[in-house]
Amino acid sequence: MAKRIVIVEDEPNIVEAISFILSRDGWEVTTHANGETAAAAVRAARPDALLLDVMLPGRSGYEILRELRADPDLAALPVLMLTARGQKKDRALADELGATRFMTKPFSNAELLAALAEITADGA
Amino acid sequence: MNSNVLISVSLIYVAFLFLVAFGADKRARAGRGAWLHAPIVYTLSLSIYCTAWTFYGAVGYAARSGLEFVTIYLGPTLVMVGWWWILRRLVRIGRAQRITSVADLISSRYGKSNLLGVIVTALAVIGTTPYIALQLQSVTLSLAVFNAHEPGAEVRLSTAPATALWVAMGLAVFTVMFGTRNLDVNERHHGVVTAIAVEAIVKLVALLAVGVFVVWGIAGGPADVARIIEASPISDWQINGGRWASLTFLSAAAFLTLPRMFQVLVVENVDEKQLATASWAFPLYLFLMSLFVIPIAAVGLTRLPAGANPDLFVLTVPLAEGRDGLAMLSFLGGFSSATSMVIVAAIALSTMVSNHIVMPVWLSLRQGGASMSGDVRNAVLLSRRVSIGVVLALGYLYYRFSGGGAALAAIGLISFTGIAQVLPAMLGGIFWRGATRVGAAAGLIAGFAVWAYALFLPSFGEAIFPAQVMADGPLGLAWLRPQALFGISGLDPVVHALIWSLTINTMLFFGFSLLSFPTPLERLQGAQFVNVFEHSQPGRGWARGAAEAEDLLIMAQRIMGGAEAQELFRAQAAAQGKSGYLPDTTPEFLQRLERELSGSVGAATAHAMVGQIVGGAAVSVEDLMAVADETQQMLEYSSQLEAKSEELARTARKLGEANAKLTQLSIQKDAFLSQISHELRTPMTSIRAFSEILRDGPPDAGAQQKFAGIIQDEATRLTRLLDDLLDLSVLEAGQVTLNIQRDSLRAVIDQAVAAAGTAGDGRLLEIRRDPAREEVTIRTDTDRLAQVFINLIANARKYCDAAQPKLTIWVSRQEGRLVVDFVDNGAGIPAEAQAVIFEKFSRLSDQQKAGGAGLGLAICREIMDKLGGAIAYLPGQGGAAFRVTLPADRARSGNSG
Repeated sequence: MAKRIVIVEDEPNIVEAISFILSRDGWEVTTHANGETAAAAVRAARPDALLLDVMLPGRSGYEILRELRADPDLAALPVLMLTARGQKKDRALADELGATRFMTKPFSNAELLAALAEITADGA
Repeated sequence: MNSNVLISVSLIYVAFLFLVAFGADKRARAGRGAWLHAPIVYTLSLSIYCTAWTFYGAVGYAARSGLEFVTIYLGPTLVMVGWWWILRRLVRIGRAQRITSVADLISSRYGKSNLLGVIVTALAVIGTTPYIALQLQSVTLSLAVFNAHEPGAEVRLSTAPATALWVAMGLAVFTVMFGTRNLDVNERHHGVVTAIAVEAIVKLVALLAVGVFVVWGIAGGPADVARIIEASPISDWQINGGRWASLTFLSAAAFLTLPRMFQVLVVENVDEKQLATASWAFPLYLFLMSLFVIPIAAVGLTRLPAGANPDLFVLTVPLAEGRDGLAMLSFLGGFSSATSMVIVAAIALSTMVSNHIVMPVWLSLRQGGASMSGDVRNAVLLSRRVSIGVVLALGYLYYRFSGGGAALAAIGLISFTGIAQVLPAMLGGIFWRGATRVGAAAGLIAGFAVWAYALFLPSFGEAIFPAQVMADGPLGLAWLRPQALFGISGLDPVVHALIWSLTINTMLFFGFSLLSFPTPLERLQGAQFVNVFEHSQPGRGWARGAAEAEDLLIMAQRIMGGAEAQELFRAQAAAQGKSGYLPDTTPEFLQRLERELSGSVGAATAHAMVGQIVGGAAVSVEDLMAVADETQQMLEYSSQLEAKSEELARTARKLGEANAKLTQLSIQKDAFLSQISHELRTPMTSIRAFSEILRDGPPDAGAQQKFAGIIQDEATRLTRLLDDLLDLSVLEAGQVTLNIQRDSLRAVIDQAVAAAGTAGDGRLLEIRRDPAREEVTIRTDTDRLAQVFINLIANARKYCDAAQPKLTIWVSRQEGRLVVDFVDNGAGIPAEAQAVIFEKFSRLSDQQKAGGAGLGLAICREIMDKLGGAIAYLPGQGGAAFRVTLPADRARSGNSG
């Protein structure tokens, strides 16, 4: 059974690109563009991994992450955070909130796939 | 008798006086001179009233005019007995105001008027110089009598001109030594006063001895003397009532106003209680001095050959009888009378000359402050010493060139009348608050002039005053004859001059006082003088030494702090050889204390405080002004400090603000960079991801086509973003070159609509315009204005969410300025967002719709700013509405239609 992943990202072109790459790699992809409803969507979908953008309309990725980590069921969910703001403090904040991995845009496709494989390997 | 013996005895006597003065000064400075302040010393010091004129001259006077000489003693007696309340007032004022001389009294009373000080000083110097000459003459004469060894013979003054010079120089040295040793706050000279007291005893004893010798040695006792007097011409003299009254009044006035009398009466007074003793003891002294005058005169007239100078009977009678020892004593008495008068007069005059003439000139030349600092002290001392020399030199010169022919008594009366001119200003000043400076000056100058004209100048004889003027008046004006002013003739010249000068003086004094208006300082001083008993405490005796020191310690502790003050007092006491904390209040200690205190409170304040405790002096207006000056300076200094600290606080606040601004800017810059990073990285992410996908092997033709399209779109977006950023940064940096040109507003909008239309994504946007309204000529950078319009049209196209989007472009005039409104029919912008839409990267909706980085409106605002116009969101129009206000001076109404 293919692993399931939820992509929370508002840039349609980026969503399209990542979806394509992950699907090609064998992931079952669900996408979500709205920050406000993202947490509920993740909880409902119960994916094997979450790809979370920081800058989202409505609600930031950090807040979504904080909410998800507060839920015992989702505390261990592998989360790869993506951001276009690659500053140190962004990375620090992501670490603090419990992001499993933090990647700065732009990234190479291989890098993305490797990171996802890594963070999902343990729980598999 | 050998004149060498006489000179030796004189020198020994002078040396003795030096010792007395030196010892008294030393004891006074050591604070052990309580006996120096005995009332009897004060009383004896008053005896300088009895100069050589009275010692020798009274007998001569009696020989010429009988009992009239008594008037000279009667005046002071009346003052001491009947007018002691005037004296008490003078003494109290002198202490309270720290008066240093009669000139200072007048000057202080009339608002520290230096003019009055100078007038009185001039009057005193002119009036006293002949008097000093008189003393020199008497000493010379008496010496010449011994030299001539021919009792009764006419004595020629020219035989010993050098004697007078030596005497003058000796007196100058003595006066400088004991009169200007230091600058006492109260101008007191204990050594001099003590020496004078000793001289007073010598002259009294000498005169009494001669009298006793005459009565019991030559004549056969009082009864015999009475018979001789009866037989002599003395008993024939008629008493002239007017002259008696005038002379009594004159001597009373002189007793109060003579500079030397003021010096001993007021300035040297240390305790008001001394006056009580003096009020009976001094008249007694005068009585004893006059007791044997008539007998000596009568016996002299009978025993000595006719033509013998009666002014020298006191000497010549014992000499004629072969009593050399008695004659010697008599000589010493006369010598004492002369020297004591000269010394005190020189001190008094030098104080006046120095304080009212030399120092003001010196200070004004120096342009510095008048603080009692070291160099000023030295200058004061130097000017005093020089003044003493000058006063004695004047006396000597007057003696040398006046010829010395006049009878002694005549010079004395002329001098009295001159100095009596101060009386109206003095008494008026201490009893009448209405007296003014103008009145005092007018009275003094007029009285002085009348005296000089009617009495003083004529006394020089024809050398100075032409006989023709004396006889017929100046220019033949008979009513101006010096000795018959206003046609009143037949009076004795002295009485005549006295009446006229004092009458005119007093009238002008009152008249001008009533007509003129006193200055505030004058009024203040007037009140202080007239109400002196309400404003001051009686002077304290020296028995208070310890209490004084304790008071000083209490004050010093308050100012310097307990430990420091106690240490100072202990050290000073130890230096004086005393244990404990209460040193004697010697001048050295007081000076030291003043210096220490002045570090804390300023020199003037310290001086006033110490003076008040030690001298019992009221704080004078001068002190108060000096204190106020100091306070002012301190206030200024502290307000400067305050201003400085305020400035520091202001600077700190500014720095804080600047720092906050910098922090804000830094945050903004970080946010901006972060935004830019985001805006750049987002399209890059898509481009990279898709290009890698394409490189790895294209999925199918459709996807390939689509991905390539996405890559192209994102590249375009990147380019546009970079363009916008550059544009914005150029606008913000203010480096824009505006290309101002004239065009119709309609043309600009046409251009914008056309450009915006092509950039659209195909959605239909209906644009409504009224071209007629747009026919206005504008003068501005039309390309930039078009850029703003394009942005607004593009925004409407992107964001208007109506089913059939419409945009109305409406030109109108608002408050005289041309405005272009862009109103669409969408949902509009939420109120809370309206404030931020013009900020950078404030894109509201999602990326897809925006298709830009959110810099458009920020650029629009910058452009309108640069053009001198404005752009604003216009709420309440149904949809999103922007109003572009065109620059006022560049909007020109063109031809409409």
